[in-house]
Parts: sequence; structure tokens; C-alpha cells
Amino acid sequence: MVAPIIKIDAIAKSFGNFKVLDGLSMEVKPAEKLALIGPSGSGKTTILRILMTLERIDGGHIEIDGEQLYHMEKNGGLVPADERHLTRMRQKIGMVFQLFNLFPHKSVIDNVTLAPMLTKGTPRAEAEKRAMELLDMVGLAEKAKAMPAQLSGGQKQRVAIARALALSPKIMLFDEVTSALDPELVEEVMNVMKRLAAETDMTMLLVTHEMGFAHEFADRVLFFDGGKIVEEGKPDDIFSNPKQERTQSFLKKIIAAGHRV
Amino acid sequence: MIDWTGYIGLILDGALVTIQLTVMGSALALVMAFIAGLGRLSRFFAVRALATAYIEFFRGTSIFVQLFWAYFVLPFLGITLTPLQAGVLALGLNVGAYGAEVVRGAIKSIGKEQYEACVALNLGRWQSMRHVILPQALLLMLPTFGNNSIELLKGTAVVSLISLTDLTFQAQVVRAQTGNTLIPFTMILIIYFALASLIGWGMRSLERRMARGLDGVRV
Repeated sequence: MVAPIIKIDAIAKSFGNFKVLDGLSMEVKPAEKLALIGPSGSGKTTILRILMTLERIDGGHIEIDGEQLYHMEKNGGLVPADERHLTRMRQKIGMVFQLFNLFPHKSVIDNVTLAPMLTKGTPRAEAEKRAMELLDMVGLAEKAKAMPAQLSGGQKQRVAIARALALSPKIMLFDEVTSALDPELVEEVMNVMKRLAAETDMTMLLVTHEMGFAHEFADRVLFFDGGKIVEEGKPDDIFSNPKQERTQSFLKKIIAAGHRV
Repeated sequence: MIDWTGYIGLILDGALVTIQLTVMGSALALVMAFIAGLGRLSRFFAVRALATAYIEFFRGTSIFVQLFWAYFVLPFLGITLTPLQAGVLALGLNVGAYGAEVVRGAIKSIGKEQYEACVALNLGRWQSMRHVILPQALLLMLPTFGNNSIELLKGTAVVSLISLTDLTFQAQVVRAQTGNTLIPFTMILIIYFALASLIGWGMRSLERRMARGLDGVRV
């Protein structure tokens, strides 16, 4: 039995009066590729944002790679984490956003090299060499000098993936990374991610509405509704043979809406 | 017949003083705008309070009064300034208070997603500000900074009240000595306008240069 790399223990999160997560627990094994699916507002994106420390939890605990994310051990007890602790923990995690969030004033290669140079003190030459390898991997080496505004949505998202990978995180979070793309550009981003999933032992969490993509990408699929895991299992089981009534009706609706499964 | 060459020289001397005041005042205003603007966004209450107090005070009192304090009252506190120093201090602090709100507003207008990208890339607060937020916010500040700088240029005329020989002061001297009102006042009207146009043109070219590449058309 391998120790989980992510261990979420009874976390709670509310936005105002709306309880998004209420006592959610789950575990992720190292190198696992996880797809989180479910209707809007079911809490799946919130989980990713909490793991990236973009939202704070109201209760519960999260363990990343054997260490508390939001707490520090002090005098035998747990106290809330300070900024320094969070900074150290964030090194283990990277995230790709729905709207890419590239830095518009920096060229493609500068987008990729900025964080390694600033946070790890990587010399420019080394950071650029690594950036070119990553850009080559996502098929955009020839765009290194371009500005983000000159790229298509699919290209921007591939740069964003390279940028997150440049910090070599142990865990990668993908938040609806194809939702903002024109249909004909979805494919190129998916292909990069599928290859990435197959080639690396990074742990990956994917939130998506593309069921076909979730099917191919993931080792395990979690179906969320109302902040809870309604059903989980291997992609084949969830998509071909869902047991829960809510999972069935969600998948039916998604297919009716024209999404591929 | 009046020999104008000497009087034109006087007015051009005044123009030099006005330019000097504008450049030095703008430099001080720029520094104060960033200190106070960033201060208002600080995590620390004391820093925020200090920045707010500065901004409200200098926006809420007249530039005349501020100038008189700098020149006539400060000596009682043991600080004696030359008229030029007092003028730069009062104009710079006054316009800096307005600029601080420009800095704050521009920083605030940068989308949340840019800050989130910084967190996801594990940049520190200052690193995010320095490398991601400020370079984008600066572009938004430029047009208003241009306006502020022109306001400052026009505001320099108040220093004639503390006997600094700026453009307006010299025009009055020329008028008193020649008895001619139209010529000196027309001259300074044109010079003020030319200087303001110069600032506007400079700011626009700076803006164009900085915006290069952002829209995906020019690189």
C-alpha cells in the first residue's frame, strides 16, 4: 500500500451562506491520474483551488506528500500555516487555468522562465534551455519569441502547461483547461495532456466537462454532486455502467448537450 | 519704441525655471505616488493609515497653503528652504497625492487571474508586484500621469507668490516695466501651451512603446 500523495480529511468550505464542501474526504495515490466530473457548483473546481491555496478551507486538514498543507506542527500540536510554510508547500503543486492566465506583457519564453528564475534562482541560460525543451514538448518551440496576444487559445493553453511544468511540481492541477477553447482547438491541448499523462509519473487532477477526455486521461473518475463524491471508479465503469442514479442522469444530460463520451 | 530682446530673455529665463520646477516636481510626485499608492495596498494597517493620511491631507488642502507652509512656516521649525526647494516640495507632494490614487487604481484594475497565476507559480508578493502586476499597471497609469504632469506644469505659476522667478512672475515683471500687457501674456500663454503639448506628446510615445506586443499586432 503506497502512502497517498494527497490526503483530504473532512474539509469544509463555504462562500457566504453557500456550503460548497462539507466534510469532504478523499485520497490520491502518487502518479495517479484523476478526473473530477460533475455539474457546475458541485465543488470540483473548488477542490483544485483549495489545493493550490487560492481558497482557504474553513475546516478539516489536507496532507500533501506527507506534510500538512494548511497547518504546521508546533509544540506537538497543529497551528495554521504561515506564508513561508505555504510557499514551501506550493513548490509541490502546479496549476493550469481555464483562461490560461498568461502574463500578456511577457513573451512566451519569458512566461515559462520567470518562475524558475525567481523562485528557484535558476540561471537564465539554464531556465531558457529547459523552457525550450518544454515548449518543444507542447509543440510551440517556434513561438518562443511571440507575445501571448499573437497566439490562438489552444497555443496559449499549451504555453500555460509548459509554464506550470517548468517548476517540476509533483502534482499538477488542470481546471477546465479546454472549456474556453474553440472546438477545433480542444484536440491539440488534449493531445499534449494525454501524452503528458502517459509519459510522466506526476500526479494529475483534472476537472473537465469533456467526458471522452476524462475517459482517456484518467485512471480513476470521481463524480461530484453537491460537494460530495457520489460515485467513483475506473473510467470504463463510470462511463459505461454508472451505478448511482445521479451519475446516470448527469451523463445523460451531458450527452444530450452534445459532449462526447 | 521698446527694445524687446532683453525682455524676451527675461521671459525665457522664467521658462527655464518653470521647466525646472515641472521636471523636479514631477519626479518627486512620481516617487510619492508609488510610495503612497503601494502603501495604501499594504498588508499593514499602520502603513495604510499613513499613506491614506498623506493622500487625504494633500488633496484636501490648497496648494497655496501648502506652498506657504513650505516656504514661510517651515523656517519656524528650523527648516529653511530656497524658493525653488519649497516650490518643488509643495508641488511634488501635492501632485503625488493625486498620483497615488492613480497607482492604486491601476494596480487594483489588474485582473484577479494574474494574481492567481502568480500564486500558482509560487511567486512572492513583491515578486508578483514587481514582475507581473506593476509592468501591466504602469501602462494604465501613463495617460493619467501625463494629465497630472500637465496640471503640475500649470500649477507652477503659484510659486510666483514666493518670489520665484518663473514664467508667470517674469511676465508680470515685463508688463510692469514696459506697460505692455498683450505681448508678455501672449508669450507665456504660448510657452505654457507648448510645454504642455510636449508633455502630452512624450507620454503618448512612451505609452505606444510600452504597449508594443500587448495587442498582438505590433512587435
